[in-house]
Amino acid sequence: MTLPLPGELLPKMAAELQTYLADRRIDTPHFIGIRTGGVWVAQALLEQMGRDDKMGVLDVSFYRDDFTQNGLHPQVQPSELPFAIEGEHLVLIDDVLMSGRTIRAALNELFDYGRPASVTLVCLLDLNARELPIRPDIVGATLALGDDQRIKLSGPAPLALELQTLSAS
Amino acid sequence: MPKDVMRSLQLNDQGQLRHFLSLDNLPGALLTEILDTADSFLEVGARAVKKVPLLRGKTVCNVFFENSTRTRTTFELAAQRLSADVISLNVSTSSTSKGETLFDTLRNLEAMAADMFVVRHSDSGAAHFIAEHVCPNVAIINGGDGRHAHPTQGMLDMLTIRRHKGQFENLSVAIVGDILHSRVARSNMLALKALGCPDIRVIGPKTLLPVGVEQYGVRVYNDLSEGLKDVDVVIMLRLQRERMQGGLLPSEGEFYRLYGLTEQRLRHAKPDAIVMHPGPINRGVEIESAVADGPQSVILNQVTYGIAIRMAVLSMAMSGQTAQRQMNQDAEEHA
Amino acid sequence: MPTEILGARVIDPTSGIDKVADLYLDAGKIVAVGAKPAGFEARHSIQAQGLIAAPGLVDLSVALREPGYTRKGSISTETLAAAAGGVTSLCCPPLTRPILDTAAIAELILDRAQEAGHAKVFPIGALTKGLAGDQLSELVTLRDNGCIGFGNGLAPMANNRVLQRALEYAATFDLTVVFHSQDPDLANGGLAHEGATASFLGLAGIPETAETVALARNLLLVEQTGVRAHFTQITSARGAQMIADAQARGLSVSADVALYQLLLTDDALTGFSSLYHVQPPLRSRQDREGLREAVKSGVIQAIASHHQPHEADAKLAPFAATEPGISSVEILLPLALSLVEDGLLDLPTLLQRLTSGPAAVFGLPAGTLNVGAAADIVLFDRAGKTTAGEQWYSKGRNCPFMGDTLPGSVRYTLMNGRLSFQAISA
Repeated sequence: MTLPLPGELLPKMAAELQTYLADRRIDTPHFIGIRTGGVWVAQALLEQMGRDDKMGVLDVSFYRDDFTQNGLHPQVQPSELPFAIEGEHLVLIDDVLMSGRTIRAALNELFDYGRPASVTLVCLLDLNARELPIRPDIVGATLALGDDQRIKLSGPAPLALELQTLSAS
Repeated sequence: MPKDVMRSLQLNDQGQLRHFLSLDNLPGALLTEILDTADSFLEVGARAVKKVPLLRGKTVCNVFFENSTRTRTTFELAAQRLSADVISLNVSTSSTSKGETLFDTLRNLEAMAADMFVVRHSDSGAAHFIAEHVCPNVAIINGGDGRHAHPTQGMLDMLTIRRHKGQFENLSVAIVGDILHSRVARSNMLALKALGCPDIRVIGPKTLLPVGVEQYGVRVYNDLSEGLKDVDVVIMLRLQRERMQGGLLPSEGEFYRLYGLTEQRLRHAKPDAIVMHPGPINRGVEIESAVADGPQSVILNQVTYGIAIRMAVLSMAMSGQTAQRQMNQDAEEHA
Repeated sequence: MPTEILGARVIDPTSGIDKVADLYLDAGKIVAVGAKPAGFEARHSIQAQGLIAAPGLVDLSVALREPGYTRKGSISTETLAAAAGGVTSLCCPPLTRPILDTAAIAELILDRAQEAGHAKVFPIGALTKGLAGDQLSELVTLRDNGCIGFGNGLAPMANNRVLQRALEYAATFDLTVVFHSQDPDLANGGLAHEGATASFLGLAGIPETAETVALARNLLLVEQTGVRAHFTQITSARGAQMIADAQARGLSVSADVALYQLLLTDDALTGFSSLYHVQPPLRSRQDREGLREAVKSGVIQAIASHHQPHEADAKLAPFAATEPGISSVEILLPLALSLVEDGLLDLPTLLQRLTSGPAAVFGLPAGTLNVGAAADIVLFDRAGKTTAGEQWYSKGRNCPFMGDTLPGSVRYTLMNGRLSFQAISA
C-alpha cells in the first residue's frame, strides 16, 4: 500500500477548513492539537493557512478510558490552553482517527475547561475503524488497514507517515 | 533480610509503583516521574472543572488511625479530583487491641471492594504491615507511619523545591528542628538524596537528632546560623508541645531562641532561599510570623502542590496495582 | 528398662570423653560407658553408629506459657518441642498468669511437666510478688517447692533499696538470683537497639547503656551482698566485657546469652518483620561479635534458646504492637551447630555451653554422661540436616529461622533412660 504524503494532503485540508469555517461564519476560531501527532499536524496546518494563532495543546492521558487496562501514560504532560474556551469556536486537530476514543477523551477534557460554541474536528487520516459515532469534518485521506497494521506519524518537520506491521505474538 | 524488601514490596513485576510506603530504595527516575506527573495535575487544579475521570468507579478509603484533618482533606480532594469515590474513617486505636483493630478494619473495608487505602498510623511500619500481611492486592498509600515515613509529604516538598529552584543538583537544603521524631525529615532526606541533592544539612540539638543520622548522607549542625549559611532551601519542622517533657528541651522559649527561624537568622541563607514547613506551624516556636508569611515563604504553595502530588501517587499506584493483578491473573491462567 | 546405645561417638564435656563407645543405661541412670557391665541384658537397643551421643541439653530459659497463656503454648507442647531440640532439662521463667510467686503455681507446673514426661522442668520463681518489684515472694518456700532460682524478668524493682534487700535475703539462704539487666527508664518505650537501623525505621531505641547501666549496678550490689548471681540474656559486647571484668576480679558470677543473639543483629529489622521483635533487642554486629567471643572464652558459659512461643495474632500487627519473642527451642541443637559450622566453636565446647555450662549455673543434676548420672542423652546426626518447621511441636510458629536448612539433626532424645523424642525418619 502506498501511503499519502502529509505535505500533499495539507493544502487541500487547509482550503477545505477555510471554506468550512467561512460557511459557518466562524471568524475567530481557536486551534487545539492533541498531543503528540495532532500538535504537529495543527502546526503544519496553521502554517499552510498562513496563521500565527497561539495554539492550544491537549494531553488526554487523564481522560482515557483504558486506564484500568493500560495504566497511566508515564510521560503525561500538562494540557495548555492559552485562551478561554467558553462560548468560543474550536478546531480540534488530531493525526490519525481510529476508534474515536481519543477524540471522546479530548471532548470530555475540553468541556472541563468550559462550554465551547462549537468544535470542528480535523484529522490527517481516517482509518475507518470507528467504534464511536465520531467522524472528522475535515480529513486528509481515508485508508483501510489490515488487522495487523498500524500507521505512525513522525514529525514535527517533515511530517511523514509510516506503515507498521504488528509482529504476531 | 535484604534491603531491597522495601523496593520489591512497593513495585510490581514491571517496576511500576504498586504501594507507596516509603522513599527507601525507590529509583530516582521513579521519583522524577512522580514529580512530572504531579506537574501535569497541577495544571488540572487551575481549570474551571478541577476534576479528571481517571479513577472513575474506583473506591479510595482514607483510614486514619491518627487524626490529621489536613492530610486527610488533601488526600480526599486528590481522590475526588481523580473522580474516585472516597470514604474517610477515623479509627480510634485506644478502643481495643491495636493489631486486631487494624487487621479487622482493613479486611472489612477490603471486603467492600476498596481499591486503595490511604493509611495513617502512629506506629512505624504500619503501612508496610498492611501491604505485606493484610491487603497485598489493594494499593496502600502511606499517609504517615509513626516516626518512619511520610512519603507524599516528602514528594510534595520535592515538587515545591523543583518548581522554585528548577533542579536539585546544585542545591543546599537545611532541615531544622525535631529530626528525631519527624517522619517528614526522614522522607525528605531520602528524597533529596535520591534526586541528587549534594548538600543536605540537619540542624538541631543532640536530643532531637536520631542516632546515626549521618547514614542519610547529611551534615549535622547544632548551630542554626552556621547551618543556614548560604542554603537555598530551609525546611522547618513542627515541634510538638510534648517534647518539653522528659528532658528533650527545657522550654519552647529556649528552643525558639536557639532554633526559631527569624528574619534575621534567615539572612544567613542565600537571598533567594525559600522557606518551607509541613504545617501546621507553631508561630513563635519554630518560626517567626514575619518569616512564615514573608516573601520567601512557600508554605501555602506546598499545600497546593500536596494535592497534585497525591493525585500523581494515587493514579500511579492504582495503575501499577491493577497491572500487577492482571499479571497475576494471566500467570494463573497459564499455569 | 535396660537399654544399650551402640556405636555412637560419645562426647561428654565434663569428663572430656570424646570417643566411639557403647552406653549402657538402667533404672534411668547411666551404668556404663564403654565395656558392657557383667550380667547386663538389654531389653532395648539403639543402633547409633554414625551418631553423636551427648548429655541432653540444658536450656536456661524456655517459656512454657502455662498456666495462663495456653493460646501461646502449654507445658505439654513446649516440653515436647524442647525434647525435639535435644533438650532434657529446662528452666522456665516466672512469666505465667498468675505469676510464679506461690508454691501452688510451682507445684502445678512440676505436676504437669511430669505428666507430660517430655523434659525435666526447673522453674525460676518470681523474686517479688507479681513481679511488681516491691514485696518479696516467699523465696524459701518456693525453693522447697522446686524453684531453683529467682528473678524479676525485665520488670523493674521499685528502687535500689528494695533490690539490695532482696539480694541480702536471697544470700542468707544461698539462693541464686537471675538478673535481666535492663534499665527500665533508658529502655522505656524502646523497640529496637538504638542505632542506625532503629533511627532509619523510626523505631524508638533502647541504648546499649540500658543494659550496661543496670548491669553495673547489679554487679556492685552482688559484690556487696555476696549473693549467688546469674546474668541472663546479655545482649551487648560491653555487657559481656563487664561480666568478664567482674569474673576477673574474683566475683563468682555466671552469664547466658540467647542463641539468636549470636546469629542475628538489628539489621534484620529492615522490613519491619515482627519475627525479629525481641526484648531485650537484637543489637549491632559489633555486639554480636563481642557476645560470640565471650561464649568462646567461657565468660558466657551458657547458651539458651530464650524460647517465647506466641499465637499467630501476637505477631500480626505493626511492629510496635506485636509481642516480643522468638520460638526456637525445638531447633536449639541444629541452630547451635551453626556456630560450629561457621568456625566459632568446636563441637565439645559448643556442647559444654549447652549442657554442663548451664547445668552448673543452678547446680542442676544434668549435663553429664558420668556413670551414675541420670540417663539424659541426645543422639544426633552431625551430617544430617534439619529443615526448620518441617516438624513443629511448639504452639508458637514465631520463628524467623522457619524454612532454613540447619546443620545436624536430632534423632533420639532420652530422659531418665526413656525416649522422650524420636525423629520420625529415625
